[in-house]
Amino acid sequence: MLTFTVRRFLQAIPVVLGVSFAVFMMMHMLPGDPAVIMAGEVASPEQIEQMRRNLGLHYPILTQYFRYITNALRGNLGTSIRTDMPVVNEIFDVRFLTTIQLAVTATAASVLIGLMIGIVSVVWRRSFIDTLLMLIALLGLSMPNFWLGVIFINFFSLQMGWLPITGWGTPAQMVMPTLMLGIGGSAVIARMTRASMLEVFNQDYIRTAYAKGATERIVIFRHALRNALIPVITVVGLQFGFLLSGAVISETIFAINGLGRLMVQSLTTRDFPTAQGAILVCSLLFVMVNMMVDITYRFVNKRIDLN
Amino acid sequence: MKSRRFIRRRPKDIQMWIGASIVLFFVAIALLAPLLAPYDPLEVVIPRRLQAPSSDHWLGTDDLGRDNLSRILYGARVSLIVGVAATAIGAAIGTVLGIVAGYFGGVKDSIIMRFIDILLAFPGLLLALAIVTVLGSSTRNVILAVAIFAVPSFARIVRGSTLSVKKLEYIDAIRAIGAKDIRIIFVHVLPNILSPIIVQATLNVGGAIVTAAALSFLGVGTPPPTPEWGAMVDRGRAFLIQAPHMIYFPGLMIFLLVVGINMFGDGLRDYLEPKKTR
Repeated sequence: MLTFTVRRFLQAIPVVLGVSFAVFMMMHMLPGDPAVIMAGEVASPEQIEQMRRNLGLHYPILTQYFRYITNALRGNLGTSIRTDMPVVNEIFDVRFLTTIQLAVTATAASVLIGLMIGIVSVVWRRSFIDTLLMLIALLGLSMPNFWLGVIFINFFSLQMGWLPITGWGTPAQMVMPTLMLGIGGSAVIARMTRASMLEVFNQDYIRTAYAKGATERIVIFRHALRNALIPVITVVGLQFGFLLSGAVISETIFAINGLGRLMVQSLTTRDFPTAQGAILVCSLLFVMVNMMVDITYRFVNKRIDLN
Repeated sequence: MKSRRFIRRRPKDIQMWIGASIVLFFVAIALLAPLLAPYDPLEVVIPRRLQAPSSDHWLGTDDLGRDNLSRILYGARVSLIVGVAATAIGAAIGTVLGIVAGYFGGVKDSIIMRFIDILLAFPGLLLALAIVTVLGSSTRNVILAVAIFAVPSFARIVRGSTLSVKKLEYIDAIRAIGAKDIRIIFVHVLPNILSPIIVQATLNVGGAIVTAAALSFLGVGTPPPTPEWGAMVDRGRAFLIQAPHMIYFPGLMIFLLVVGINMFGDGLRDYLEPKKTR
């Protein structure tokens, strides 16, 4: 188990380096000279040159990347062009926690709803209820979440006046963004749970359990669900990543001050140090979550090998 | 036994046909938009702005007085083109990478799979968002961004299928006769792994359409004034109270088209890969 964890951790290192390099190169290809943007429109050529030196832009690109990484390891991601604040503060002061909360509540909602739908449709498998629930899951899977968010606002806030339109923090504020993000994921989890449980139902030990006289409830919860959950865990891990990026949309719609909105704002205003930092942090988080999923997966199913 | 299986598969068959009909309906709309659209989708007529659905404008008008129905009909073009083109490019790149990795193995496999890991490490929409911002907003760049986003899933599926086909005895036999790698790949491996590629491609089109619409919704997709469903929903957000019809219809179109594609894809998977039928 320890060997597996260490190996999985070592495998993540080149990925993290690759991701940081890709982000760095992408930001370098953004149109617009950061030195000109930072020095201002009216700056003289000398001032722009000075700014270029201050930013280290006169070094060769690989040296710049190396400097960026060594600084990042020391907790310095540069300074925001838009607000003049350290990027680390821009990201971690409030926004990071907000986005994590959003992704966690949405994941929790999707697991809860998804498992429930999946289990109910297995209990009544191949019946009308099963067909209906799987149709609902298909609709949930096909729903463009940004549209759902706007429809929610129109119905729950503008017409009914039940929920606040914007913000994040109070339980009432959390309902719409969480549901908007979670519904797509719950559809995926419901389908996965059902498929995986039906597969387990074909196994001999389930027949044995029935033969021993176990009730349907015991077979489903004690025997089938426990084993069927293994593939579901992977899906939940992947979903977390999608929710993290989906946060871009829900934060934009509900005006939530999170990492996703920061990313869109900094990309559209060419605030490239902030955009770079935010994308990097999100990707690192995603890599870490996937690593934890793999390790959990291994923990519940010892037969899995890294290769 | 045979008849039971037939009965069990029937609902899925029906589902596939319903899905195919929905998709065909949208393809027809996209092709016939110039004939069907009652107005010019780009014509700005300020006096008739924000009108609710009526006999003149079946789906109402937007904040610039443009006819919603006409814009929605034309909008089918962008969504379908982006969905299909992005999937085709993503599938082509992913298939080449997956086959090379799976067939040759070794260093090539390691390098390609690490590259795929890096692509996968960008959570979903972020990669597409960053690429479009770097390249600039245009339909072509949206296609590219959404295509790159699709590469990893194709590469992984193709690599897995190639690995299992490669182990089969007939491949060894063909190699023993002296066939070259390139011939084995094109004549013997590729045709045998087409089913999972086709299924993945079908299901990917729906996701690609939603991603492209989401990019437009965030303001970095297909630039105005081209009618695009995601951008139409975004525009309608500012007029939710006066003209909620501005968001209902374009969003509904994305939803219906993607439902159709997913129904068709699900059915196709059961048909082409019966082993995975549950």
